[in-house]
Formats: sequence, C-alpha cells, structure tokens
Amino acid sequence: MTGTISVPAPGAPGDQEASGTATTAGARAHARAQHGQVAEHMRYVPPSTAPGDGNTTPTSAFTWAETVAPGGYTTAVLARGTRLRLTDRDGDACASLLLHRADGPHERLNVADTVKVPWQAYLSTGHPLLSGFGRVLATVVADSSGRHDALTGTSTREGNLARYGAAAPESAAPAGRELLTLGALKHGLGVRDLPPSISFFQGVRVAPDGSFEWLGSAGPGAAVDLLLHVDAVVLLANTAHPLDPRPAFTSSPLEVRAWAAAADLDRLAAGDLVGPLGPEHVQAIANTDADLLARGVL
Amino acid sequence: MTVQDLIPSRSAGDPAAVTALVPGEVVLDEVVAARAPWSAVVAAGDVLTIVDLAGNQAVDCLLYAAADTSVRYSAPETIRSQGRIFLTTGSVLRADTGQALMTVVADEVGVHDTLGGACSKESNTLRYGQHTRAQHGCMENFLAEGARHGLSARDLASNINWFMNVPVDPDGALGIVDGLSAPGKRLALRAEIDTLVLVSNCPQVNNPCNAFDPTPVRMIVTRPGAGSRA
Repeated sequence: MTGTISVPAPGAPGDQEASGTATTAGARAHARAQHGQVAEHMRYVPPSTAPGDGNTTPTSAFTWAETVAPGGYTTAVLARGTRLRLTDRDGDACASLLLHRADGPHERLNVADTVKVPWQAYLSTGHPLLSGFGRVLATVVADSSGRHDALTGTSTREGNLARYGAAAPESAAPAGRELLTLGALKHGLGVRDLPPSISFFQGVRVAPDGSFEWLGSAGPGAAVDLLLHVDAVVLLANTAHPLDPRPAFTSSPLEVRAWAAAADLDRLAAGDLVGPLGPEHVQAIANTDADLLARGVL
Repeated sequence: MTVQDLIPSRSAGDPAAVTALVPGEVVLDEVVAARAPWSAVVAAGDVLTIVDLAGNQAVDCLLYAAADTSVRYSAPETIRSQGRIFLTTGSVLRADTGQALMTVVADEVGVHDTLGGACSKESNTLRYGQHTRAQHGCMENFLAEGARHGLSARDLASNINWFMNVPVDPDGALGIVDGLSAPGKRLALRAEIDTLVLVSNCPQVNNPCNAFDPTPVRMIVTRPGAGSRA
C-alpha cells in the first residue's frame, strides 16, 4: 500500500514516557502529522489534486475525483450537466449505481422503466436511466465495456454470508446492499429508498429460456460515462457482483471522475453526442426539461 | 356480468372452494374490478389463488412483510436466486433481504413477468405519447392502495406482473407481447410469512398486456388444513 503512514504504536499502560500520545499535546501532534498522506483508495480533495485519467479532461476541471476501494462505496450530489466517468482500472470492479433526484429523492432510478421504456435490457451508449416519473435522470453517453447488468441487482448480507462468510461493510466481503444503505443514510435516506440498482463492468445476459449467462468484465481500463439531466444523489458501491462465480471474493478499485459538461446536454438532444436518440428517450428529455422549466431552472 | 358468468365451468357447489387451487377453508373471496387496486394481508401458510377471469389480464403485484414493510419484494433477489427471469410453480418470491415472502405453489400459465414493472401516466407519455397522460395507470393504484397501509412512493419497487409475457431477445430487446393466459387460468401463492399483497389490476390499453381490454380478476384465499366449510 503506497503512502500509508507509519504510526507509532501506543505505549503499554503505564509506559507513558515511551508514547507520543500520552498527552493532549502529543496526541494532537501525532494526529496532525498524518495530514498530507496519500492512500491507494481515497477521495481527492480538492478534486483537481487527483491523478489524471489519461484522457483530455484536465484535472483542474474535475468536480469529483475518487478511487473507491474494493468493497468500498461512495456518494456525492452532482449538478445537472455533470459528466461522470467510472473506470474499471484493473478489470474486477463492479459499480452498483443508484440515482435519486436531489430535491425530491422519492424520484429515483427505476430499473423496470429503464429497460422497458427503451425496449432494451442491456445497457450501453445512448441508454437513458429513467426515474419512475417519466423523466431521465442520466444518459449513458460513452461505454468501452459493454458488460453491464440491469436485472440481477447487488449482493445482500445473507448472500455474502453464505458465499464468503462475511458481508458487513467493514468485513473482507462487503455486501452491495449494506454499502448502498450506508450511502443512503448519509443523505437522510434509508432502506426504503433503495430500489433495484444497476451494475456496471460485470455483464449478465439472458438466455432464451430465461436463465442467466455470466459474462464477467471486459478487462482492465473499461470506462462508462454518464451525463446527468437533473441534480442527483449518486450512490455507488464497488463490490463483487452477486453472480460472480469465482469462489473467492474478487473486487478491484473503481475510479470516479466528474466534470461539468452542460453543453453535452444540448449535443445529446441534438443527436450529435451519441447519434439519434430513440423516441422514448427524446420524450423523456422533453418531460425532464419541461419539469425544470416549470421550476424556473431552465 | 357476474363472476359466475365468466367462469361457468367452476360454478357448481361452493365456487370459491372449488376454484381455489389449494383446498382449505375459504377465508377471502373477492373480485377486483377492471382497472382497480386491491390489497390484503395473507397470513403465513394461507394460499392466495389469483384467477384471470377473462384471460390475459396483467395483475401487477408488490409484496411486503406485514410486520415490517421495509422488507419488500425484490425482483433482482428473486430472479437471481432462482436463476431465471420468469416466475412459475416453485418460484420463491423473495424480499431484498433474501427472505422468502411467498412461493408459487401452482400455476396454469407457466410464465409470469418480473422485468416490466408498472405502467404510469408519466411513463405512458414516453411509450405512447403525451395524449395518454390522462389515462389511469398502475402507479396510481399502487400509490392509492399503498397509502392505506402507510406506504408511499418510497416503497414502490420493480413489481411482479402475473399473466404478463415479457421475453428478452438475444440482442437484449424486450417488450410486452401477447399473453399466454386464457379465461379462467389460475396461479396460487403460499405465504411463507404474513405478507401484505398490493395489487393493481392493470388498466393499460396501449399494449397487449391486457389484450387491450382490462377485465376483472378474482382473489381467493384458502387456509389448508382447516377443512372446507362448503
């Protein structure tokens, strides 16, 4: 692990002279000496201090930059017009995503409408992520993976306990639902606010008899870009997909980068970003824009 | 038109006891009008028989643990656990905690949908145009009936569609196609714990889920082992 601080072990009871933290002054100095360290998995604050992700977006433009640990989660509120890039750096990330509208979180990702309305179960470039209220929360605007899953959800406490013998967020095999619950709680939301989620970077297909075929990942470096149509709470868990057949818990870091890209909304609607949109998608954008117009946002 | 007109072959004797797929004391026998909501708590061990009276009527359905409605039916958990998107006899309907809520113990159709979710005024505008916003939808039924049990929009998640047919093509294309049910076809659900069953008798008229003609369905709850009082 890079950059991890070497912390002196506290002294044994009574061994106060050997410990730097036996006094408030010592403890304070010890705490403050830890600042400025860099960990392998962390949120970069300010985001401009993050390493670049190898594309043309300058780090100075980042509004959110983070490396999510294997078995970790993260959450942020992002503005309309934000472009959010998720990267499976090492090939074993699985980004379970939920979106809630920031100013009315009962409006949230609705996986059923997201696959039914566009007549397509498999997510890829151009797919709208719809709420249950006839509006689009985000659009997939780039995808170099093509292996995603909108059907089988994330892992559960009971499922991970049975498979790995552990499931708690602090354990070696955190369950996705436990992680998403923590993310929701950070926004005053709870388990009632957790509908089925979608997973990026670990693909599942449906066979003609309705059974599932596991695709796994597309390998290291695959990325997905989402463009937000509304201010939204983003909940992300990065943990093993529940259908991952490997007996050992397997997960690798998830890279998160976001930047303002409001002009992409116009390019998307004009058909210049990902090509022509389906009529359902066009109508969802129209409904969303009409809602924002009524609110005085547009 | 009465229920008996719709199911003349099952009108002899005690109709509910005869029509129920699992015998027992009849503790509930109700007809859900076309386009209407319905709910009931089915006690652990009791069996709910749903009768598609006129055929190809989608019955949108959500399940909640009656003692704690934050424990609710989960489509992903259910289909992942059984390894298949369709529901039929033997399917265990699970909550998002993994807990079994109900089990399909009999089914005269063979395929029921887990992916298509509920129709709504709002999503109708995406699928069929703005002129359909005024039409009644399952979301309205779920919200109104759920509110009677203290539920709200937060509590709605991907639902079951009994008697609805949603295949997934090899390229991922999916959609609601002509149903496989027929007049009088039934299925039966045994409650594994006390379960709140929330139903919208689907009012959709823009696709084949109700054969373009919403019709009534019948709900019968029997208590096996308690004996028939016919």
